[in-house]
Amino acid sequence: MSELSELYQQVILDHNKKPRNFRKLESANHSAEGFNPLCGDHLTVYLNLEDDAVKEISFEGSGCAISKAAASMMTQAVKGKSKEDAEQLFTSFHEMVTSDLDEENVVERLGNLKVFSGVREFPVRVKCATLPWHTMHAALNNEALVSTE
Amino acid sequence: MATIEKSVSIERQVNTGFDVQRIREDFPVLRQTVNGKPLVYLDNAASSQVPQVVIDRGSIYLEDEHSNIHRGVHYLSQKATTAYEGAREKVKRFINARESRECIFVRGATEGINLVMHGYGRKFIGAGDEIIISAMEHHANIVPWQMLCEEKGARLRVIPMNDAGELLLDEYDALLNERTKFVAVTHVSNALGTVNPIKRMIDQAHKYGVPVLIDGAQGVPHMLVDVQDLDCDFYAFSGHKMFAPTGSGVVYGKAALLETMNPFQGGGDMIKSVTFEKTIYGDLPNKFEAGTPAIASQIGLGAAIDYLHTIDRKQAAAHEDELLRYATEKLSAIEGVRIIGTAREKLSVLSFVIDDIHPHDIGTILDQEGIAVRAGHHCAQPVMQRFNVPATARASFAFYNTKEEVDVLARTIERVVEIFS
Ligand SMILES: Cc1ncc(COP(=O)(O)O)c(C=O)c1O
Repeated sequence: MSELSELYQQVILDHNKKPRNFRKLESANHSAEGFNPLCGDHLTVYLNLEDDAVKEISFEGSGCAISKAAASMMTQAVKGKSKEDAEQLFTSFHEMVTSDLDEENVVERLGNLKVFSGVREFPVRVKCATLPWHTMHAALNNEALVSTE
Repeated sequence: MATIEKSVSIERQVNTGFDVQRIREDFPVLRQTVNGKPLVYLDNAASSQVPQVVIDRGSIYLEDEHSNIHRGVHYLSQKATTAYEGAREKVKRFINARESRECIFVRGATEGINLVMHGYGRKFIGAGDEIIISAMEHHANIVPWQMLCEEKGARLRVIPMNDAGELLLDEYDALLNERTKFVAVTHVSNALGTVNPIKRMIDQAHKYGVPVLIDGAQGVPHMLVDVQDLDCDFYAFSGHKMFAPTGSGVVYGKAALLETMNPFQGGGDMIKSVTFEKTIYGDLPNKFEAGTPAIASQIGLGAAIDYLHTIDRKQAAAHEDELLRYATEKLSAIEGVRIIGTAREKLSVLSFVIDDIHPHDIGTILDQEGIAVRAGHHCAQPVMQRFNVPATARASFAFYNTKEEVDVLARTIERVVEIFS
């Protein structure tokens, strides 16, 4: 079960159990909903964007452990970042879970989001990990709805 | 204690008189290992596996008979036509249709239902009419009727179910009225395993002169079906869920109804004559079989039926019932596991959820141990909503599954609970 323990790392299990920033954001001025029709995952990402910087971010919804932990850790990683940096992080994250290339600068930039690198061994689960990011991207760009299929 | 348990289970296996190990040898896929573990295939409600004799029959067609049907005077075309029409004869006997022309070959249950929607529904159902379906339908038996209602201004009525996943028959009786023009219900629920009392439901609809379509996708693989005894007007099923290749399937219809219906698709093979002014449609079943069909697959369906005749289907069903009982007992004993679908009449499908663990995560972990289950909404989103779950994990059995496989399943689910605890 070694690939499994790569996937379900303790950090991920912890964020699944106790997701951070898991609530509706009353002060949100941007939000978007994400669906994965295949498995029924569904979440809303709320953003408070000021001067092109993410002042506050939160999410709510239901999904598997991977998507929930990915959303939780994303909110922590993105909070306080500029819009541009947040988008850059999304690109790096996407690269990490979809390719075998462990480019050092990419991994460096991702910090503790590295725990999701195990996802690439489970191609059907990649969408679970990226759904929150796609949804955040949509919220940043004023798109209301994303669907990963 | 352990020895007593063991002897009881051996006795049970002797009682059912069903030699699973022998049967397993007929299915090459089952010899495989996945992630270094023996494959435990418990996704039979999605697609069942194919026995060697069916594979061989397909190869014979491809090697010795491959050509188009109904079109050639030449040797190969005649051979292919004979094999294809022979498969239809086998289907006719298998479901006890009156005539083989009542058995229309389609790509699967979905296409069969759509054929009836187009051919019957669009011709005979209009504004203000009502169509009754049930709360436990597969999307294949919801969406076509919704499309028809949208187009015609008809109304879709839904028979509700109780918390066990049983249809409320009083409510069904109350829904039937003079505006009802069609009833479409599933024989067995793919999400819950519920076996519906379709004979009674068909009788009831007929009191109002309403035709009934049965979605038999999950019925034929597990039960002996007699369409004359049921007196259903249409019965649709897929080959790939009954040990035949994908692309094969049947919609049975009473000849008198099929005769009055519009064709489904237009094209070659379904006509008697074509001029630019007018086309005269062919007789049954050709009227509904436009274009070149999945010849190899349908011949394979015939071979799958032959295969089923070689095993004692009553024993096979008893074995499946025992697997379901055993799996239900084992899984219910695991803390946090909740079974979705607890109908008294139930077969071969075990849907479950685990507190605070998403079915997708369950599916991934089971897969690592070589166990194939389905995690998701099973193309029955209204069922998920009814039970207030986003999705379920589903183990579904065929007669080639074993109690040992259920043990592996139960052990691995315990492991899942551990990982997430
Ligand atoms: C009850 C039921 N109806 C219809 C279908 C659709 O079958 P197919 O996809 O083979 O057309 C299925 C398959 O999942 C089913 O389980």
